[in-house]
Amino acid sequence: MSQAANKAVLAAAEAENREFLVFSLGEEEYAIDILKVQEIRGYENVTRIANAPDFIKGVTNLRGVIVPIVDLRIKFHLENVEYGGQTVVIVVNVADRVVGIVVDGVSDVMTLTPEQIKPAPEFGVTLSSDFLSGLGSLDDRMLVLVDIDKLLTSEEMALVDSTSNS
Amino acid sequence: MDITDFFDTFFEEAEELLADMEQHLLELDVDDPDSEQLNAIFRAAHSIKGGAGTFGFSVLQKTTHIFENLLDHARKGELTLRSDLVDTFLEAKDIMREQLDAYRNEEEPNQEAYARICHVLQQIALEEIGQTLDAPAVPAVLQPQAEPSKSEAPAKDGTHLLVALLNVNDKDRTLLVEELEQLGDIQSHSGDEKRYEVILKGNVSADDIEAVMCFVIEPEQIAISTVAADTAEPTGATETEKVAPDVPVVTQAAVPMPAAEAAVGVTDGTSAAIPQSDNRGPAKGQEKPTKATPKKAASESSSIRVSVDKVDQIINLVGELIITQSMLDQTVSDLDDQSVSNSSLQNGMSLLQRNARDLQEAVMSIRMIPMEFVFSRFPRVVRDTAGKLGKEIELITEGKSTELDKSLVERITDPLTHLVRNSLDHGIEMPDEREALGKPRVGKLVLSARHQGGNILIEVRDDGGGIDRERLLEKARENGLNVSDAMSDEDVFQLIFAPGFSTAKEVTDVSGRGVGMDVVKRNIQGMGGRVEIQSTKGEGTNTRIVLPLTLAILDGMSIKVGGETFILPLSTVLESLQPAKGDMYAMAGDDVVIKVRDEYLPVIAIHEVLDVKNAITDPTKSIAVIVQGEGRRYAMLVDELIGQQQVVVKNLEDNYRKVPGVSAATILGDGSVALILDITGLHRLSRAKKEAGKIVKNPHLAHYKEAEPS
Repeated sequence: MSQAANKAVLAAAEAENREFLVFSLGEEEYAIDILKVQEIRGYENVTRIANAPDFIKGVTNLRGVIVPIVDLRIKFHLENVEYGGQTVVIVVNVADRVVGIVVDGVSDVMTLTPEQIKPAPEFGVTLSSDFLSGLGSLDDRMLVLVDIDKLLTSEEMALVDSTSNS
Repeated sequence: MDITDFFDTFFEEAEELLADMEQHLLELDVDDPDSEQLNAIFRAAHSIKGGAGTFGFSVLQKTTHIFENLLDHARKGELTLRSDLVDTFLEAKDIMREQLDAYRNEEEPNQEAYARICHVLQQIALEEIGQTLDAPAVPAVLQPQAEPSKSEAPAKDGTHLLVALLNVNDKDRTLLVEELEQLGDIQSHSGDEKRYEVILKGNVSADDIEAVMCFVIEPEQIAISTVAADTAEPTGATETEKVAPDVPVVTQAAVPMPAAEAAVGVTDGTSAAIPQSDNRGPAKGQEKPTKATPKKAASESSSIRVSVDKVDQIINLVGELIITQSMLDQTVSDLDDQSVSNSSLQNGMSLLQRNARDLQEAVMSIRMIPMEFVFSRFPRVVRDTAGKLGKEIELITEGKSTELDKSLVERITDPLTHLVRNSLDHGIEMPDEREALGKPRVGKLVLSARHQGGNILIEVRDDGGGIDRERLLEKARENGLNVSDAMSDEDVFQLIFAPGFSTAKEVTDVSGRGVGMDVVKRNIQGMGGRVEIQSTKGEGTNTRIVLPLTLAILDGMSIKVGGETFILPLSTVLESLQPAKGDMYAMAGDDVVIKVRDEYLPVIAIHEVLDVKNAITDPTKSIAVIVQGEGRRYAMLVDELIGQQQVVVKNLEDNYRKVPGVSAATILGDGSVALILDITGLHRLSRAKKEAGKIVKNPHLAHYKEAEPS
């Protein structure tokens, strides 16, 4: 391969660097594509919805828009689910919908190069690898990269009507 | 930008134009057509043709083209209108509408219908005015005149002079025409170097003209003659170019005729518009120009087209403003310090409140459109249906300006059409029958709309035979419905809305298949409304539709269960009461009923159905709200009634999904979300839960078993 071609590949790789919002669920660090994130806010005033799965905490008023709130900690079967001043809701935009996800905390925004993103191994019953876009390794940290689009529109999240979930 | 971006605009405009066209056609008096109306119909067809041509919708373009030509003859009075012709025009309009829809759906329009209507229209042209319209490129009106045409007598303000310039070169001619302009109004000028003709209007004598001209040319080169209606010479077809700007015809005429014979009989630009085929008497010919020419400047648009999304966004934002305002209001009223120092704050708050409410009202009115949009289609429906049935009907509409939310207007049309058809078919008798009964031959159908409280009341009234109570009951028994003679009229008439119910003696093309009335009722209920029937045998029937003004705002009753607030639509709430122990009865299974004035109503404990914790479980300590949904009544057990309030309806499905037992959500004064309950949904949910055995037997309800009547 010539040097010019090599440079082109590098440039392309540079362009494919992606930014992720890193959040924590218990001890683990997860990350989602920052472009999906609309805003980050506190957990408050959630109206319960009867007969919904337990990880759907209810709906809240986000400046006039009714937004469902999903607690990923319950969904991922974490222990010590507590709600306090530190509990954070990440409001994401997926599939033309606005959804809030409850996490333990938001740490930082990371840029990952394609080399740093490893394919996700087959594992887990609670979090199918279908919903992961990979694992990000950054020095000694490991980030679980969640494909939030796929996760939130999946049937098991029960967030969308099965009819509209094609 | 792609041209397809403009498609929607065209479709919208074309739709409006077609609607206008239909309205004008229906209003048209065939014996004495209003030229302004004929012009309007023509213009509509013309605009659609133009648009269709631009976007390459060739079938629509060709159809409108032929139609337009025919209309053009009609507006010039060459085509005598008859009501069967108007019917054909209406049909043509319908087919154009279908073609439009086909293009909108990116399909090819129906070729068969296209071919047929073209043929029909051509046929009319051939039979009525002896002319074929088969020249799409050149509208017939552009063909020059070939036979004598009677022109108008000189206008009062002067004589028309025909000045012919013979063998004058271009340069001199321009000069001369300018000179002539000084002398009077040039009506038209045309011709070539050999013979150029100028028609002059004004008080000028031939001598004056000659005197001016002879500075440039020889007297022999000028021929001046007076032109008046009676003296008009046969027209050769010189190219006539028209000056008067108000008639958009006769431009570069297509067929030049031998100039030698040329002698123009055209005195007035407008008469040039009469095509060669005109073979009517002079009297008619003279009227025509006056009828065809008046063309008012298009009235200035007093409205703007805004997408519904934008309006909805504004409505949402105003809703937010109202909520914020009530939050502030609450905070201010909670202030301990009610002293003078706060009075300006209090004043400001009440001002804000008033302004916010006014703003909300104003914004809501944007979505409101007058009922006229619905009613305007009924003259056609009535005309068609009455024609089919051989009945004579007079349609009267009242309250056309009553306003209704746009989404409701769109949904009310079909049920209303059904009711109108029903009235025409079953209600109003045949003319002979009516005469025998001592009624006028012409049946009366009244469509009315008016406000009543926070609702809108739409009525369909006829002066027909009314509903036969006995036959209805008989029919109900045949259908195996549970009825009794003691039923009130109101209840009996509601039987009409039972599925598969029809009392028509025979099924007609128009109605009577027994499908429909139940759909009508369902549709109206789906809009949050209800339908009632009043009828007197022999005198007529009145069907009343009561609808809320808007779907965006709901009159709600807020209730509390456990710590949670819910909203019940106020329209469903009948009454509330404190259940006494003796009124509750346990039924087989886990069902409990409550006796309210000799009626047993199923009890739905909201805390059970919606899994609310910390709610009052003892029914005698809670409140029973009697609600009605889809014609059935239930008793809902709640902890507390908070009060009535208007709420802004927010869709849950936008970001979440449909929730059983919940129709929508709203935002309360404190910014929190409250769910709006769906009565029938709750009942279904309660049944489903009981069947699944999810509801643990309520210990409090258990001991009502003892009270069960033996």
